[in-house]
Amino acid sequence: MAEYKWPEEGKRSHIGKRISRIDGPDKVSGRAKYTFDINRPGMLFAKVVRSPYAHAKIVSIDTSVAEKMPGVKAVKIIQEPGKEVQWAGDGIVTVVAETEGQAEDAARAVKVQYEKLTHFVNEQNWDGIPEANRRKPSEAVAGDPDKAFKEADVVLEGSYGNEVITHCCLESHGLIAEWENDNNLLVHQSTQSVSANGAEFARNLGIPASGVRIKMEHIGGGFGSKFPVDSWGIEAAKLSKMAGGKPVKLMLERDAELMVAGSRPSVFAKVRVAAKKDGAITAWESNVWGTGGVGNFNFAGLLPYIFRAGVENRKETFSVIGTNTGPQRAWRAPNHPQACLITMAALDDLAAELKMDPLDLFMKNIDKTGARANVYRDELLKAAELIEWKKLWRPRGEGAPGSSKTVKRGLGLSIHTWGGQGHASDCDLTIHPDGSVEVKMGTQDLGVGTRTVLVIVAAETLGLPLDAVKVHIGDNRFPVSGGSGGSTTVGGISSSTRRAAVDALTELFEKVAPAMNTTPDKLEAAGGKIQEIGKPTNSMTWKQACAKLGSKPLTTRGKNPDAGKGTLTTGGVGGVQMADVSVDVETGVVKMNNFVAAQDCGLIIDMKTCESQVFGAMIMGVTFALYEEKVMDAQTGKMLNPNMEFYRLAGLADIGNFKVHMMTGKGYDERGVIGIGEPPTVSPGAAISNAVANAIGVRVPSIPLTPDRVLAALEKKGGANAKV
Amino acid sequence: MSSSDERSDKPDPGGVSRRNFLKGTSLALTIPLVTGGENEVKAAGAEVPILGPGKVNITLNINGAAKQVSVEPRVTLLDALRNDLDITGAKRVCDRATCGACTMIVDGKPIYSCTTLAVEAQGKKIRTVEGLEQNGKLHPVQQAFWDNDAQQCGFCTPGFVMACTALLEKHPAPTAEQIELGVGGNLCRCGTYVGIKAAIAQASGQMRKRGPAKLTRGGKTNG
Repeated sequence: MAEYKWPEEGKRSHIGKRISRIDGPDKVSGRAKYTFDINRPGMLFAKVVRSPYAHAKIVSIDTSVAEKMPGVKAVKIIQEPGKEVQWAGDGIVTVVAETEGQAEDAARAVKVQYEKLTHFVNEQNWDGIPEANRRKPSEAVAGDPDKAFKEADVVLEGSYGNEVITHCCLESHGLIAEWENDNNLLVHQSTQSVSANGAEFARNLGIPASGVRIKMEHIGGGFGSKFPVDSWGIEAAKLSKMAGGKPVKLMLERDAELMVAGSRPSVFAKVRVAAKKDGAITAWESNVWGTGGVGNFNFAGLLPYIFRAGVENRKETFSVIGTNTGPQRAWRAPNHPQACLITMAALDDLAAELKMDPLDLFMKNIDKTGARANVYRDELLKAAELIEWKKLWRPRGEGAPGSSKTVKRGLGLSIHTWGGQGHASDCDLTIHPDGSVEVKMGTQDLGVGTRTVLVIVAAETLGLPLDAVKVHIGDNRFPVSGGSGGSTTVGGISSSTRRAAVDALTELFEKVAPAMNTTPDKLEAAGGKIQEIGKPTNSMTWKQACAKLGSKPLTTRGKNPDAGKGTLTTGGVGGVQMADVSVDVETGVVKMNNFVAAQDCGLIIDMKTCESQVFGAMIMGVTFALYEEKVMDAQTGKMLNPNMEFYRLAGLADIGNFKVHMMTGKGYDERGVIGIGEPPTVSPGAAISNAVANAIGVRVPSIPLTPDRVLAALEKKGGANAKV
Repeated sequence: MSSSDERSDKPDPGGVSRRNFLKGTSLALTIPLVTGGENEVKAAGAEVPILGPGKVNITLNINGAAKQVSVEPRVTLLDALRNDLDITGAKRVCDRATCGACTMIVDGKPIYSCTTLAVEAQGKKIRTVEGLEQNGKLHPVQQAFWDNDAQQCGFCTPGFVMACTALLEKHPAPTAEQIELGVGGNLCRCGTYVGIKAAIAQASGQMRKRGPAKLTRGGKTNG
């Protein structure tokens, strides 16, 4: 009899195994078509004229020359004269032409006059922020922090922060829009939200949502930044209409991608932590600010990260700083990496102040993390084993084994959490009379292995090999599934697919039971057969069984959530990361030696792609910790590094050695499927910052830990040659 | 600042170093690309044809096949393939020779096709990721990328596959330093380097097993 609950460990054919992603051959061969790769018949190219000023009033726009240039099909003003531009790079005019070159020429020929206004783009230093840019702070007090600080054995004070970073998706944001007729728009878009975006197009274009078709086979990165249709999405559709409905391709140029299509808020904090001599935390105080550009974000209620529930005495303020930069976008695990850095760096400094091993201090306070304390304890021990913490760790500034006079080695750790419960998802599963199986869903594969997960779950449930199942995703005409964000995809899609497959199997059993002289409840699907439970000699091949369907395919709709059909996904994970770095105290260059993780995420569907997510998140974290920042120029208000030479991503040579251990088995598998995209992105900044502090003896207060910041921190203490 | 930048100043390690690459393009730019009226001018004492400013018909040898295309002289090799020939494996990302997503192998060397003009590539053997498969079978580098999950979103993958192929054709058993240099001009945002390192190790073993003779033949067939 088919059951909804996930099969137990010994009974899994595919789930939890190391399975290569099924679309791998398409991706390694160049056959995988991304939005940027789509060439439509008669396709035109659009380019955008952008504001060179961070804050300015548009005085006049002259498009007359551009309109007459070769190949130009339409010129459209996005923001009329009189409008105030709030950030450099914001779109003013779009042009569409037959070739990219012609569109670029025409964009250059558009004349826009601006009246420059004052701007503010640098929020790092609290004292330098004009009053007008400080939005009303939120304040919260819990317990009696004043008393707790007065009675503390030790009070740690520190400043911590991280800069605004930008998503830098390798496939830039963009789309191809075309009108099939007055009411039907076909969009190929690079989006994290295939099922949901039709309504936004429809609303902005005055057509019924039923008339918007959205398609996407593959997407070259999103990381949280590709949910909205975006102003340029609507503009492309309008340009297409102006050009007689012809397909218009509008993919952002690299500089625009970095300037306007991504940014994660900065967060800076002044922190005080009260503790007892034995390391027990008794109170927390934080004054936090950061910018989401012209956008808002809410950082309240997160500190001290993870330990909050167990720290009863707290005092906190949070101020959003308005800056003349583009609005912030969601980034993997919104707010968590920043909160993690502020908390774990402060606790690491507290350990140094108390001359304690931070691993011991974290263990001492681990019960303050609440329900997941045992998970953290197990993961701390596992990660410590992987990095040989007890063998290699030395008190701050003494230098771990291998240190020299100029190169200091250090270890650091951090812990993190995330939700990751599966989102709402509908799945259609079809069994054809010839035995072939199809899964259809309006979801998308951001690189996590969505297709692979769908195949694994369907094949597992139906007792089939992986190649027996075909999947179709990336089309808003398929059953609605959630956007890919917050690590909600794999939990959602695996649950709806499981239910669809179980229901299909139940119907199939009903068709074949009479022919097998038994009842449907006594049947099971395994090894490509339908067989009687406990009497496998009474069996039918999958093909023979499906032939009993007659001429009509069988389609079932699985849903998540579905209260009547069990709980297949939950939320809430822990995770621990430990970093081992070397720092050259003469040059300030930080080098990764080893980076390890112990991570849980419930029942793992595909171990191989799951581990890839963790490795990838940690590597992205090395970039965040060491290299990347959106550098804004105070004078011009422009981003100084909207390119990939100076907006640095870690390369293969920069990452050192990695080890990842996934927590599985009892205590983990029964939690059901939980997403993995966000949690391992949270800790790297904190773990690496702590390792650097351990190596050089001083805290580098903000990340990225660039050589100038490292040297400045050392300088403060008395120079690179001081005893560290 | 980047370690790969520093290393790229050393003699050509396994691919085209960034500096050598720039030298190459600046030499190529001595061909006058856009002028009026005249049909020929002298450049460095030699008579060279004038191209442009309008579209010109050129022939490109791509994966062993001659492809005709009509492009303005300013069009890059990458854009000619992507926009005019619908060969879209190579990707446009940084568009200025930093990230390697556009990597193709031209006359045996990996190049950034985003900063190579299509007109410059005439008469050269251009290999793209689409040309690696033989008789429907993945090339050992492609197979290794798949086996080791050296890909997530996959947008950088074709560029990495080409850079690794060029590396292993030159150094079938590369040292750690040769690997860092050979793929140091490619960047991934999802963070697939752990898989890529494992993929290079696997492909290196397999390509050595195939032996140098086969390697050469494979190279010729592809090119």
